[in-house]
Amino acid sequence: MATRKTAKKPNVSAEELLGYYRDMLLIRRFEEKAGQLYGMGLIGGFCHLYIGQEAVVVGLEAATKEGDKRITSYRDHGHMLACGMDPNGVMAELTGREGGYSKGKGGSMHMFSKEKHFYGGHGIVGAQVPLGAGLAFSDKYKGNDNVTFAYFGDGAANQGQVYETFNMAAIWELPVIFVIENNQYAMGTAQKRSTSTPDLYTRGEAFGIPGETVDGMDVLAVKAASEKAVAHCRAGKGPYILEVKTYRYRGHSMSDPAKYRTREEVQKMRDERDAIEHVRDLLLTGKHATEDDLKAIDKEIKAVVNESAEFSKASPEPALDELWTDIYA
Amino acid sequence: MATEILMPALSPTMEEGTLAKWLVNEGDEVTSGMIIAEIETDKATMEFEAVDEGTMGKILIAEGTEGVKVNTAIAILLEEGEDASAAVASAPAPAAETAPAQAATPTSVPAAPVEVISNASPDWPEGTEMKTQTVREALRDAMAEEMRANENVFLMGEEVAEYNGAYKVSQGLLDEFGAKRVIDTPITEHGFTGIGVGAAFGGLSPIVEFMTFNFAMQAIDQIINSAAKTLYMSGGQMGAPIVFRGANGAAARVGAQHSQDYAAWYAQVPGLKVAMPYSASDAKGLLKSAIRDPNPVIFLENEILYGRQFDVPVMDDFTIPFGKARIWREGSDVTIVSFGIGMQYALEAADTLAEEGISAEVIDLRTLRPIDYDTVLASVMKTNRCVTVEEGFPVASIGNHLSATIMEKAFDYLDAPVINCTGKDVPMPYAANLEKLALVTTDEVIAAVKQVTYR
Repeated sequence: MATRKTAKKPNVSAEELLGYYRDMLLIRRFEEKAGQLYGMGLIGGFCHLYIGQEAVVVGLEAATKEGDKRITSYRDHGHMLACGMDPNGVMAELTGREGGYSKGKGGSMHMFSKEKHFYGGHGIVGAQVPLGAGLAFSDKYKGNDNVTFAYFGDGAANQGQVYETFNMAAIWELPVIFVIENNQYAMGTAQKRSTSTPDLYTRGEAFGIPGETVDGMDVLAVKAASEKAVAHCRAGKGPYILEVKTYRYRGHSMSDPAKYRTREEVQKMRDERDAIEHVRDLLLTGKHATEDDLKAIDKEIKAVVNESAEFSKASPEPALDELWTDIYA
Repeated sequence: MATEILMPALSPTMEEGTLAKWLVNEGDEVTSGMIIAEIETDKATMEFEAVDEGTMGKILIAEGTEGVKVNTAIAILLEEGEDASAAVASAPAPAAETAPAQAATPTSVPAAPVEVISNASPDWPEGTEMKTQTVREALRDAMAEEMRANENVFLMGEEVAEYNGAYKVSQGLLDEFGAKRVIDTPITEHGFTGIGVGAAFGGLSPIVEFMTFNFAMQAIDQIINSAAKTLYMSGGQMGAPIVFRGANGAAARVGAQHSQDYAAWYAQVPGLKVAMPYSASDAKGLLKSAIRDPNPVIFLENEILYGRQFDVPVMDDFTIPFGKARIWREGSDVTIVSFGIGMQYALEAADTLAEEGISAEVIDLRTLRPIDYDTVLASVMKTNRCVTVEEGFPVASIGNHLSATIMEKAFDYLDAPVINCTGKDVPMPYAANLEKLALVTTDEVIAAVKQVTYR
């Protein structure tokens, strides 16, 4: 169904492509399952799905090393899966159960993993940006070469604290990559209605922060941009801005009917620009994999996701005395 | 095996909806992510996507049906080679996998744990050598000692380094510790507070100085939502060991925007600790405890007190624990409870009252989260009367909270209603006479004590 033009054969191994395929598919299937569990009333409150944006986080993670940190907004499930957090723990947090990453006390928007250097999961638009710069500050203070990825959306790009942070990150040369996931809608407000100039990657110019834009539906392009940004930060040259152009297929949250855009617009992105279909094409046309190989991966992913759903239903609700724990260290 | 497609909940509050339209027919192939129906919720018409792949076997609920309860089977999806009629017959019973009933009230809700605080021990051993210091010097010494002891402690804020502090609290720290650990920030409270909290997440122990706490309102989201709540939201995985300190409350003639006492604001927030010292020894001992504390601490200083001198014990390592009030003078007729600069009025009033034959016990809470209720209650049970003193606004004040606690825990001991002496319910005026009127005064404390002692 996709009518994609593959410009040139990218120089990439079968193993690498299969890895991206697997990682992106896991996010998509996981999110579809989360949507289903929401529909069944097993997940409550706010639930923001990442479907459509998978190539962003998978491409960026491809250039990381152990010790690098990441922090993002409330649309965070994809980031957690991409950095290797356990789907069972993520899904069980969504259902508010004891087996969740935050013992059921955080929910969809508030999950963390010290082990995987994932610092949340933040529900206030833009707040994670200075926090991310602070994480980078801690690495610079300790004198290591770790890098922090601070993800935020085109909506958050209009928050004042983002620019306060750009300024300090630049004067203190903090090793932070500001990743603007531009999915073109700040909840229901199209970017052109909310943003004075369309090129968000230029927003660091006033602070002397280099930036570039990248096609967020092409995981290989995202990975290449990530490598460049990471090299800049690791070399001690200070912060870097990546504006990754992407698209979310679902509403802002589960209760958003998405009337601010046409069904045709969404369908066109799905048909022509889907990131997973893109890698699938590369795998098949490059003869890196057969339909059967990919079917086997689909099946494997489906099993992982189903297991996470089962785990999230079987895990008990937190004990009542958990109400009073973790308020003070 | 055939899969039942269930009526989804498409908003946090949806219990039933209208199946407005089917976009697929029986026999159609369905792929994951395909929009198969439109459903009207209480708020909007939503598109409903398939999760599983297969063939649409049977549509169980016709389009146009209203009042379809969430989790009702609305269609059957078949896998390759399955037959619709067989699938319907063998379809599993309506799913029982609904959310756990939220209304199920537990038989007994666990009570909040009570912190047991001892007030018996003195703050330093008897016979300890003392020296005279200003509050300003005591605060500086506390930071310097903790920075010497722990490399991860650093100070950031406006004018803290090269200027030596807008109120000279960080005098000499840049010289001793260098620019890596004593950091001048631009004037961007929201941003540098977030960076400080992020650094704490990253394993450092920041001291963030607000030139005054009036400016911390710009950063309130990072203080409350990021610093105070993360330990809880992460299920105990990570929190923010950070100290926010600076001048709080009225100075002199600086007008409404620079003269507010935030004690009651911060004391309301679980996850924060709050200290508000009066004396130099408490300033030093509490600040050292605050820097070592693994939790976010709000440390409320006072510009007028910075230059005031007190005795401070000469000890290698002197700390005051949080949650331990100090009884400044013992008395039998009334309990006066205060903290921070309010202590000045409380102590002056007690001196005057003593001359008139009224014996006041004066308690300095020192920390407002946790609060040493035990010391206050024990005193009120002895004196049977209580007056609270603070500079903050009267509504939802610390005094209001203490009054409620005393009413609950010591009602039968009270011989008079508790009176709260507070700042007035007005923005701070500039004119000298009006400013004086807006603040709590020693005379008001004396009058309140006479009222509760019926003199």
